[in-house]
Amino acid sequence: MGTTASQLGKDLLSEYQELTFLTKQEILLAHKRFTELLTKDEKDLPNTRVPVERILTLPELKSNPFRKRICHVFSTSEYKDGSLTFEDFLDLLSAFSDSATMEIKSHYAFRIFDFDDDGTLDCGDLEKLVNCLTGETDDTRLTTEEMRQLISNILEESDIDKDGTVNLSEFQHVISRSPDFVSSFKIVL
Amino acid sequence: MEAGLESPVDEDGVHDSFSQLIAEQSQNGGPSDAFQLQQLQRHLDEEDRDNVAHLSSPGRDLRERRLRQRDVQWEDDERQGDPLLGERWSSATMRILSSMPSRTIGRSRGAIISQYYNRTMQLRRRRQSRPAIRDFSHSARPSIRGYGMEADSTDAEVSKRERLVNNLQNLSVSDRVRMLRAMPLNVAEKSELRRLALQKEKSTISGSQIPCCSQLKYYIIIGARQSWYSWLSFLHSLQLGQVALKRVSGRFGSGVLSYFLFLKTLLFFNLFLFLVTGVFLVLPQAVHPPVLPAGRASFSGLELLTGAGYFSDTVMYYGYYCNYTLGRSCMEADGGQNVSLPNGTRLDCVSENLTYNMPLAYFFTIGVSFFITCIILVYSMSKSFGQSFRIDKSHSILAMKVLSSWDFKVIKKTSVKLMSENICTQLKELLAEVNHKHVKNTRCQKLWRLMVHGLAWAICIASTTACVLAIYYFSGHMHQKQSSRSTIDPLLNEASLLALPVVVSLINLLLPGLFNLAAWMEDYDSPSVRTYVSIGRNLMLKVSVLGVLCYHWLGRVAADPKMIGLECWESFVGQELYRFLLMEFIFTLLDTLFGEFLWRLFSEKVLKRRRKPVFDIAKNVLELIYGQTLAWLGVLFTPLLPAVQLFKLLLLFYIKMSSVMMNCQSPRKPYRVSQMTTVFITLLCFPSFLGASVCVTYTMWSLTPSSSCGPFRELKTMFQAGKRWVEALEKDNPNLSVLARAHSYLVENPFFLFVGAGIFLIVIYFHSQVVDGQRKIIGLLQEQIQNEGEDKKFLITRLQSIHEQKRTPGRRLTSQDC
Repeated sequence: MGTTASQLGKDLLSEYQELTFLTKQEILLAHKRFTELLTKDEKDLPNTRVPVERILTLPELKSNPFRKRICHVFSTSEYKDGSLTFEDFLDLLSAFSDSATMEIKSHYAFRIFDFDDDGTLDCGDLEKLVNCLTGETDDTRLTTEEMRQLISNILEESDIDKDGTVNLSEFQHVISRSPDFVSSFKIVL
Repeated sequence: MEAGLESPVDEDGVHDSFSQLIAEQSQNGGPSDAFQLQQLQRHLDEEDRDNVAHLSSPGRDLRERRLRQRDVQWEDDERQGDPLLGERWSSATMRILSSMPSRTIGRSRGAIISQYYNRTMQLRRRRQSRPAIRDFSHSARPSIRGYGMEADSTDAEVSKRERLVNNLQNLSVSDRVRMLRAMPLNVAEKSELRRLALQKEKSTISGSQIPCCSQLKYYIIIGARQSWYSWLSFLHSLQLGQVALKRVSGRFGSGVLSYFLFLKTLLFFNLFLFLVTGVFLVLPQAVHPPVLPAGRASFSGLELLTGAGYFSDTVMYYGYYCNYTLGRSCMEADGGQNVSLPNGTRLDCVSENLTYNMPLAYFFTIGVSFFITCIILVYSMSKSFGQSFRIDKSHSILAMKVLSSWDFKVIKKTSVKLMSENICTQLKELLAEVNHKHVKNTRCQKLWRLMVHGLAWAICIASTTACVLAIYYFSGHMHQKQSSRSTIDPLLNEASLLALPVVVSLINLLLPGLFNLAAWMEDYDSPSVRTYVSIGRNLMLKVSVLGVLCYHWLGRVAADPKMIGLECWESFVGQELYRFLLMEFIFTLLDTLFGEFLWRLFSEKVLKRRRKPVFDIAKNVLELIYGQTLAWLGVLFTPLLPAVQLFKLLLLFYIKMSSVMMNCQSPRKPYRVSQMTTVFITLLCFPSFLGASVCVTYTMWSLTPSSSCGPFRELKTMFQAGKRWVEALEKDNPNLSVLARAHSYLVENPFFLFVGAGIFLIVIYFHSQVVDGQRKIIGLLQEQIQNEGEDKKFLITRLQSIHEQKRTPGRRLTSQDC
């Protein structure tokens, strides 16, 4: 199911409307922004895959510390290089849209935060997560001692079955108690 | 959460992370280990058929698992200084661990499909469309088919998918769309599922004989769905200032955005009120203008500020409205509506054409619009409250902060950096707070803190009381002067009407600054307490100011309007409210100009600081709520006041937007958006709307309307308009006497009110008991999960130790505790 060169067909549009949480305007805007990323000869091919460097030039993703993880999670390429087709891009926008359910958002948030892709958030994942949150510069990073304490506190609070990692259910349990999550896990084009 | 009952099938994706690691290690581990393990493999019953060459010996740090109660041993050199302690598991154990359902549910397609298969099955059962027996797998016993006992573990993914498609096809269209949307799969797979489901549906539809009415129903449903989608798209495209909002959220995040969203909500309330009053009150009266008394003032520019003068005899105020039934034929017959009819009678000529009973319309329009506003407010307040209230009171502040505090809407680079700094500071503060909970204050320190708090509160309360008394005496003074001043220059007279609004707006502007100063010397436990205290003090000020003003209008002016020579006290009160609204707007503009713009210039040029002023969200929202209260108070007296408020809010939206972008920076303190939004909506509903509706009800119920103007002249109270109508109905149509009697019982008899309130309280009590019960259940479930976790740990360590025992004893292994 590919996209035609410059226009989205009507039935394709209604199908995307049914399968994602995006409205018609949002899908059309996404199509416009996606085709802007394509080079001239790529525009004629159906189902082109845009490499990750070009996706990361989008202003909505450029400064986000999780940008590479986001592209990786939504990418369906066999090489796992983070490149996105138009449908992957729609998946991304749908998960980050206004009307997506809490469950979809928490599912994808979990996958984004799972840096080593093993299905749970263990200490290494949490450490990388905190480093992404606090920024790249040295003066905003936590010291090793603080990091250790923070991770042990987090695991104490959220690891219910005490296996040392936070799996998807435990993550969703924590997220469901935070009412701001749904409004902050949004990207709007 | 229902995980798939089957264990997930081998998929490439599950072992993705491990295949690299294992491949890496198999280069270093050497062939001997792999060979020995290969022998071991043949002894053990493993369900997987992995290629053994991928296994390797335990070596470098695979994932550590941390167990609290166990003695751990660790090798320094091999851990590379990893500070976390843990056991080390063999790769076979790791492989088993990695394919546990709880770890693959988030990632493997098969697990997701089986999870959604279960969900669709449950949905079908709930919707009473029982799945046919033939849809079940043959292995289930016939007597227990349909009860969710499928426990096949060897189903390939394809058949699972078929069953899911089957379930999807049997759901209703909206359910299917909702299920498909909610699945966390990518679009290509979802469209494949949809295509399969629709394909089967088409074949079943064309195959069977469908009676024509259900086919028609099918087309109607499809047509309705399409029109619903296009309506949603249309609404979305109408969004006000979407681009501007995105810029604000991109730079400042959700906190400042919530202020603008609150402004938009108020815009919609005012739009609704404006449409209702415009269509039912203003339009009919504008089309049938009454005869105006002589001596009408001409237009001078001052009207825009004072609302009096030329405007006082226009459709803007209560006094313009007629108290008789409007009808076109009467106007033609009499050549001008010079006839002022007593309220009960109707002219014969009127009954032939469209008539419009103005007093009744006025009464019911105000009543119904307030009622609908009340319902909308209570609904949005309860929805907002439901979103931010959590049953479970356990403290997981750090986990929530880390896992859910990143605002993905922020896109500007400097804002992202600022947000990272803020999060870092907040994490450090929270860590300090959590780990050093008991900072024991000495008695002396506690006493000192209490004294400081008491002093600050005393300052605030004293200044509020002083200002309220000042307003009381000043308004009384102006009231006196008004009565003795009718001979002086009318323009000056009008300008002096502006004095009271200016004084009140000045107080509203300056006193919160004083409160901030008082709060500055106090020391609070947490920033949210500080915010709530500041909101509480501001609220106290505004409520008392509005209270004394209402007393002044309804208690002084309305009680004896002749004293200040007023023919029409309602129009006067309407004009006062117009003036107050306008002054409030002007002072907000001045505050934006001086507080934000000039302060930024001052701090940049003179003080040479790089920090811009912070946008105080709470103060601005409280100002919006105050303005809205004035608008609601004034609807009865000035039906066009919502239009003024609408215009004012639109201007304020764009002015504040540009001011924020130019002059401010985002708040440094943590701001919990959802909680604060709930608080603001609650404040809008309770003190603001409730107060306004109490005042309006009091006016309608007990105050005497003026006898020479307005739609309720010559009635004892405004409420009598409704009563008279019911009486007239009863007279005309004796069958409706039941209605009249019911009306008098329900509205005037307080017994029903008590009974209703009693039932309401009982229902609330039951619900709170249910919530308590659910809290207890949550505690029990958490304990149970913990116990299951212990079971899991036990089984894994036993598995590991059995594995180790079966290895050849000569191998050098790091010892594991059993």
